[in-house]
Formats: sequence, structure tokens, C-alpha cells
Amino acid sequence: MLAKSPSAALRRLFDAVGPVDAVGIEERVAKYGTRSIKKHAKLWGLKTAVSMVDLTTLEGKDTPGKVASLCRKALQPHDAGLDVPRVAAVCVYPAMVRHARRALGTGTGVKIASVATAFPSGQAPLKTRLAEVRAAVADGADEIDMVINRGAFLAGEFATVQDEIAAVVEACGPAALKVILEVSELETYDNIRAASFLAMQVIRPGDFIKTSTGKTSLNATLGNNQVMIDAIRDHYLATGVAVGMKPAGGIRTAKQALTFLVAVKETLGDAWLTNMRYRFGASSLLNDLLRQLAKEKSGAYQAPYYFSEAAESY
Amino acid sequence: MPTLAKKTPARPVSRPGRPAPELIFGDLWPFDPAPETADPKLQPRYDLFIGGRFVAPQSGKYFDSINPANEKKLAEIALAGPADVDAAYAAAAKAAGPWAKLPGRERAKYLFRLARLLQDRAREFAVAETLDGGKPIKESRDFDVPMAAAHFFYHAGWADKLEYLAPGRRVAPLGVVGQVIPWNFPLLMLAWKLAPALAAGNTVVLKPAETTSITCLKFAEIIREAGLPPGVVNFVTGAGEVGAAVVNHPVPAKIAFTGSTDVGKLIMRALAGTDKKLTLELGGKAANIVFDDAPLDQAVEGIVNGIFFNQGHVCCAGSRLLVHEPVADAVLAKLKRRLAVLKVGDPLDKNTDIGAINSAAQLQRIRDLVAAGESEGAELYQPACRLPDKGYYFRPTLFSGVTMSHRIAREEIFGPVLSILTFRTVEEAVEKANNTAYGLSAGVWTDKGSRILKLSTELKAGVVWANTYNKFDPTSPFGGYKESGFGREGGRQGLLDYAQLT
Amino acid sequence: MSRLPVTKTPKPYVGGAFIRSESGRTYPLADAAGAFFAHVPQCTRKDLRNAVEAAAKAGPGWAKRTAYNRGQILYRLAEMLEARGDEMTGTLVRFGAARAAAAREVAASVDRLVYYAGWADKYEQVLGNVNPVASPHFNFTVTEPMGIVGVIAPDAPALLGLVSLVAPVIVSGNTVVALASEATPYPAVLLGEMLATSDLPGGVVNLLTGFRRELVPTFATHAHLRALSAAVGPEDAKTLRLGAADSIKRVRIVDATKPADWLSARAESVYAVRDFLEFKTTWHPIGA
Repeated sequence: MLAKSPSAALRRLFDAVGPVDAVGIEERVAKYGTRSIKKHAKLWGLKTAVSMVDLTTLEGKDTPGKVASLCRKALQPHDAGLDVPRVAAVCVYPAMVRHARRALGTGTGVKIASVATAFPSGQAPLKTRLAEVRAAVADGADEIDMVINRGAFLAGEFATVQDEIAAVVEACGPAALKVILEVSELETYDNIRAASFLAMQVIRPGDFIKTSTGKTSLNATLGNNQVMIDAIRDHYLATGVAVGMKPAGGIRTAKQALTFLVAVKETLGDAWLTNMRYRFGASSLLNDLLRQLAKEKSGAYQAPYYFSEAAESY
Repeated sequence: MPTLAKKTPARPVSRPGRPAPELIFGDLWPFDPAPETADPKLQPRYDLFIGGRFVAPQSGKYFDSINPANEKKLAEIALAGPADVDAAYAAAAKAAGPWAKLPGRERAKYLFRLARLLQDRAREFAVAETLDGGKPIKESRDFDVPMAAAHFFYHAGWADKLEYLAPGRRVAPLGVVGQVIPWNFPLLMLAWKLAPALAAGNTVVLKPAETTSITCLKFAEIIREAGLPPGVVNFVTGAGEVGAAVVNHPVPAKIAFTGSTDVGKLIMRALAGTDKKLTLELGGKAANIVFDDAPLDQAVEGIVNGIFFNQGHVCCAGSRLLVHEPVADAVLAKLKRRLAVLKVGDPLDKNTDIGAINSAAQLQRIRDLVAAGESEGAELYQPACRLPDKGYYFRPTLFSGVTMSHRIAREEIFGPVLSILTFRTVEEAVEKANNTAYGLSAGVWTDKGSRILKLSTELKAGVVWANTYNKFDPTSPFGGYKESGFGREGGRQGLLDYAQLT
Repeated sequence: MSRLPVTKTPKPYVGGAFIRSESGRTYPLADAAGAFFAHVPQCTRKDLRNAVEAAAKAGPGWAKRTAYNRGQILYRLAEMLEARGDEMTGTLVRFGAARAAAAREVAASVDRLVYYAGWADKYEQVLGNVNPVASPHFNFTVTEPMGIVGVIAPDAPALLGLVSLVAPVIVSGNTVVALASEATPYPAVLLGEMLATSDLPGGVVNLLTGFRRELVPTFATHAHLRALSAAVGPEDAKTLRLGAADSIKRVRIVDATKPADWLSARAESVYAVRDFLEFKTTWHPIGA
């Protein structure tokens, strides 16, 4: 007998979205890496990737000063000669939102994203998590990066997971929401696909789903990116609701970023090749993009310390 | 806090007055041309390879090898005559005794050398293969050439372990073997044929297909570099008459043929009155079966890989898609979107997914069968991709609404053309899949393990790919049931076909 | 006054029943002393066709039996032959064998059946394997029966030759349509009676009597026969191979013009089983 409770309905939904074959996904994404991106295509790809970066600092040792210099980097990634766009957003902890707002001002086009909901574990009472979201929005956050309740998901309490996401949507008000699935803790592609749908059913057009917090061992990979953009595509075609995607953590090189963009181009098409619908959550990626852009311009390979905020000192 | 009751996840798919959502695969971010530039090191003229030397054909005749991507001449290839085939068999017969008596360990080292030398010159061979045959450089570089090297490496290690091949019996070489290979995987088929034959202690006369002789003759250079004793491997080039001379010659103890079922039957008849052993790897019309619980996106990848790999010039191509009725529309829609991002064009471009059709004749055959499909009432779909002006190209093609009585569901097209049929039950899927004289391969896509095992038992095919397609490995036997041929290539089973029990 | 014995009408065993030729034709068979023995049905190509239909019907069920079960049925067949060994020996003697040789042939036939009975649940373990492919896939090769196999028994030894060709074919789940020794068909008829009482499902082995010159061409070209195992001379071998080409049939020939030691251990091997198997390789990804 089929149970009729809401949770049981979600349980069946989990089956309805269908399985993912892990080896097949990995074969598919391996093909993206064989795309050869040269000349104009490379320049366009690198610049587009810059415009998609959520320039991130999420450390216990973050200070207003550190956030301010990150904001300046976001506004002008490199000297004007390179003709690079601004990044999409800076991404900071809630306590740093007001400092970021002060440093960025308004009307620059660079958004302020804040990780809220007891990032990265999410292990706080819902009331506390919602309050954190409201506070970040009140302090000037344009976007909220929330974590889902992985514990509830893995315990099979899908209704709890979805209800909490819906509650955060409400708390966001005008701010866009990015729902972090924390793929490494969901572990399987089947779980990632199901969780994507769970989130997409209650978020709004223009909201995002996002791979990871960057705080666990495994972050964005081409594989989990693919599972999520496949889900976004299926959801869009079924409902007309266009959800954005943000892989985060682990994307450090321009080559990687271009490969992710090939995945977007060949799965979601041109309409997702914009920072309205695709982001990279990253810190060191930006400088490698700049480095490759400078190389394309000058023809010479660049030293990392030519670029501001570089972590490399060797 | 919202409750589930308030949510309405089932939003209408299409609203009145608004078009259904669709993806845009446009020109926002086109890829620039990315031609592979490695030098294929082609010679203007290739002679026969007999007794360890390149020798001119006794007739003095040569024929042109054409690049199917632009119809330009690549090189001249020697046209062997009966006297050349005689000479090749004489060289092979002379070499047979010493080669068979060579300790297995030493034979093995020759084969290891061949594998290594091919790896060393991999990119050069990949470019040559692509120029000569029209397959995308991506495939010759990532599949054909490395897999060919892997076959030599795998079989090398068997040469000194033959006592483990047939439990309870000892094995001996057959002697001289005649081999005829097709044009779809020229170098790889050469490796599939040579490696087990040599490992088992045989010597060889091999004829490549007339449209794709170049990598074979380049491989002769590698044979010389490896120091293989003269006569152990001999190559004669030319078309069907040369193949007939290779097959009908009195010297070989065995003939191995890969090619069409029609020619396979001719060879069987030709050998009927002889004691020659025979293995045949012939045509196919594989069913690729997709159930409603399958991982659909990966199934679509498998379908695409199954039929468009190597322009569909694959005997085990998944040319009949059998899709479960509940997901038939969804799978077709997904396939069409996937086709939108396949790149058809210059085989040397690293981004090309579908290259050139191997020859004008093959292109004509594809066109004829596609015309038959249309006139028999199947519904044709082709993506709107641009094709190069010169060269032999054909758009990836889907036929839906196909039934088992359509010609395109029964005949091997050997091109990028997929026939889509539907089914309702497991039993119907099996019946349709087996409703063919062929039996080379099959695909099954389902999330249910016990169903996979049931189908893999009931499908009459030599290779069953479950939740994957077109996978190959030197350790994995390949070959068909029914009119797809007999004998296996690869693995322990394939090697035993090159030995006799004593 | 002595009692008049009741003579038996020899009937081929087809589809689990004892039949007459559809043509109604017979030919007279004399024993070694030249005395009339019986009228033997002269089976036609239509009888062969019917036998193939019977085999096709029995095939799927036979192939689905467990290996253990097939092994036991072959062993049961050996029991039947052993139990009626005297009768079979007498028959061989009546058709010209010396008594000791006849007894040896019957014993060897029983032993051959026992030998192949034992292979039923082992050949797979010897011939199949798991292949270590260089990708994240589980890959294994198993054997499967080919389907319906045509068997043409040698003229002599009439019993052991037939048993040696049939047993390795059916042990794996194939079905057989066999043509008995033309010179000495009666042992095959007798064997059919034993098959009928041996738990072997009807249609798995079908035994025809008749003339080679009449039936060899049909064996060669019947497309539903997936393989042929024939002890014949070069002429018939060529006919069989030519006809087999039309449907890419597998052909195994024992040259009947060469002396063969059917009694020796070399006349039995797992490779005779292998000759009537297809190898099937299955791939599956390994992933969670």
C-alpha cells in the first residue's frame, strides 16, 4: 500500500527523479576536459569566469581590513589594461557583511554574499539559523549561502530538509538564496540529485544550488557539478523555473574553470553562461584566471606575484 | 513555517500563450578551430612489407589512399598481386618454425617492444589514423592507438604462459595465419589480430582494408624497429582480390577475418573443402535497451557513444535503441538536446565528435538506407549542424517510430544512424533484441540488478554492456553469436583460437 | 511348438515420442548374418525439420535447468544404459561386433556419459572467467549453449560414436538432432528407448534414422541449426561447411575416413563441450 503522508510523497519523489550512474557521469565529464579552448574562445571563457567568481574569504581570522582588501580586489581584479570585468560577488561570514558593505558601497554591481545558517555545519537550532539569515540581510547581504540539514537528509527526513529551506527562502526576503548541499557529506550522486530537487522545489527563479562549503575534504568536482546541472536542466524543462548553479571549493586553476564552463555550455546552454545563473565559489581561482589572461595578452607566462592578494610567496 | 501542504511543486509545464521552456545551444561561446598539428610522418608511397623488408609489388602498380575529410590524396599504396601474396606466405612459412621454437619468454619481449614502440609514437600514429580513416583525432588519440598498444602488452605476457591457456591440454601454434581486417579501426584491428597470433607462436600474412592501409604500413616500421625476425609479420595491400588471394592460399593453417557478414559467408564457402581453421568477426545490429528506471542521462550518453562513436562505423554499434514506453518521449528529447552539442566536422580538430565517413561508397550506402527509412515511414531527425563543403560527412541521425519490419531496423547501416523502437515489457524487449540474425552485442540500462542479470542471460549476443556501452579491453573477449561470426578476440578465449590442442 | 516371438518395429525417438517417417518410407535392415531384422524408417528432410522444431521447443527449458540437474540426468542416462547393457551388447553383436568388443563399447559408452555428467557443473568454472579490465567495470565471461546442434554419427562404432558426439553437446544445455549410423541404425533406436526412460526431457535429443546422402544437405543448410558435429568423410564435410556458410553455422568435423580410437580417453574432453558453447562477456560499472 502506498503511504499518503507528505514525507512518503517525498520519499517517492526521491525515486521519481531517477538514479545516477557514477561511472557514467565520470565518463561524461571526462569528455569536457578534452575540449580544446583556444584564442578568442579562451579569452571569452576566462573573462566570463572572472565575472562569475564569488571571491571568498571564510576564515576565523577574517578582519574588516582583510574583507576591505578583498572588496577592492573584487572591484578591480587587476590593472585596467587587462580589461577584466568585476567579479560577481564577495562571499563572507555574516559578521563581516557590514564591513564589506562599507568597503564596496552600493551600485558597483558586485554583490555581497554571506554564508548563514550556522555555516558550515548547520548544527544550530532553526530559530538561530533563521535569525542569522535575517541579520545578514539587514546588514546588507544581497545573497545568502545556506547549508542544508545533512543530518536530516541522511536520516531520510526529507520533509524537514525541505521545510527548513523554505523557511530560509522566507527569511531571505529580497536576497537571493544559494542552497549548499555539501555534496561530500551526501556522498552519492543519487543523493546529490535528490537533494537538488528537494531544494529546487522550494526556491525561487534566480536562486542557486551550490555544491559545498569548502570546509570538507571533497568539494566541487566536475562529477557533482554535472549531477546538479543535469537536475537544474530537468527542473527548468519541467517547470520553467531557472535555478542557478555554484560549484565551490577546489576550483583553483583557469583550466578547471574553463572545463566547468564547457559543462555548462553543453548541458544548460547559452542562457546559463552568465553570472546571473552560474558562479564559482573560490579564492585563488581569480588570480589564475588573471594570470592566464595576462599571458594571452603578452604571450609570456606570468609569475604569480604579479597579481594582488596572491597567496603564493615562493 | 511553511508546511508541505502549502507547496505546489507541480507547476504547469506549459502555460497558455508561453512557449515550453527550452535550452539554447547557440553561438554565445563558439570554440575556435583546434587542429592537431603533430606530424604523421607519412611517406608519399608505401610498398608491401614482406620478409622484413619493404618491397615493390611485382606488378609495379599502386593505388591512392584518400583523406575522406577533404578528398585529397594522402599517399600511394602498393597493389599486391598473387605473386606478392605467394612471396608473403613463403616468408611467413620460412619464419614459422624458428618463431614457434623461440622460447616464449623471448617472443614475449618482442611483443612488449611492439607495445612500447607504439606508445612512443602514439600521437604520430593517431594523426595518421585520423587522416587516413576520417575518425576524430580525439578517438584515435584516446582510444584506437592506446588500445592497440594495450593489446600487444596484454598478449606479450601470454607468450611464455601458454601452458595455462587450456587446462588439461598442451597447446601448440597453428603455423601460418592469414588475416584480413576492416577499415573502421585499422590499427586496432591489426593489433587484435597480430598480438594473439604472435603470442601463440604463429607467423602472419595480414591484409588491411584498401582505404586504410597507412597505419598498417607505418606499423611495419615499428616491426623493424623492434627487430622482429623477418617474415614473422608480412603485410600485403589492396582490395578484395588481394583478400581473396590471402584467404584462398594453400599455406595458412587458419584464416581470421573481420568485416561484413556477406564476405564472411564467402570466406566460409571458400574454405569449405579445406582443413583451415577460421574465425569470423562480422556485422551486428545491436539492441541498446533502456528501461524506465535507468539512469537516463548516462543512458543517453551510452546511446550517443553507442551509435556515434567512430561515425557509427562499428560492428557492435548500438544501432537499435529499444526504449521503454514510459520514458520514450523523455529519452528522445534528451537525445535531441545531446545531439545539439555534438560537433561534426574536421576529424583533425580536437573538438570534433563526429568525423568523416570513411569513403564515398560508404556514404552512399548510408544515404540509401536513410532514404529507405524515410520512404518506409520512419520519422527522421537531424540536428542543424553545418558540414564542411569538401569531404564525406553525414549528420547524426535519429529515426523514431521504427518497427522491426523496417529495413533500418534489420540491416547494418554502419553509419551515424539510430533506429528507435519502443517496448512495454521485459519479455518484449528481449524478443525484439533477439529478433535478428546478428548477435554481436547488446546494451541494457536499468537500475535493477537482477533484471540486468536476467537480460544478460537471455540476450543472444557475445558482449552485453550493462549500464555502459562500447567498452573494450584486451582482457575481455569480443565476438558474436549467430551470423555475427564465431571465435573470440581478446582474453583467454580469443588467444585459444590461435592455438591447437595437442 | 515353440512360441513365435513378437518383433519390434524400430522407431526413431523425436520430441519425446517414437515416430515413423512422415513419408512412410522404410528400408529393410539385415543383421550381420544377413537375416532380415526389421524395416527402419527412412527419415526425410521434413522429419529433420520436425525434429528441429521439437528441439527448439525443448531447448529453452533444458538450458534453464540447473547444471546440477543436467548432470544428474546425464548420469541417469548412464544408469539406463548400464541396466540394459546386456540387451545393447546383444544388439551390437547381432550387427557384427565380437562379444568382447561389444561389451567394451557399451561399457565405454556408459563411462563416457558419466564423464560428461560430471562436467555439467564444472566446465563453466574451467572455461569462463572474470577479466581484469583497465576501467572501473566488473567484467566476466560466461558460456552459453548455442542452441540446436545437428549431429551426424559415424557408421561405427554405432553406439559409442553417437554417445561421444551427443553427450558433450547436451551437457551444456544444447539440444540435438542426430542422424544415427546409416549402416547400423538399430543401436540408436534402442538408445532412444533408454533416453525416454532417463528423465531427459523430450525433444532434447532427437534421433533420426535414414540416409546421409538424403539428409546431409538439409543438416548443412537448416538455418535454425546453430552448429554441426559430424563424423563424416571429406565429401560430406565439404557439403556441410558450404551449407553452413549461409547461416554462419559452427561446424566440428571428425574425419570418419581416418582411424579413430573412440575408446581412448582422448576421445573425451572439456574442449568437446567448449566447441558447442558461445562465450558471452558482460560489463557493468562499479560505482555507488
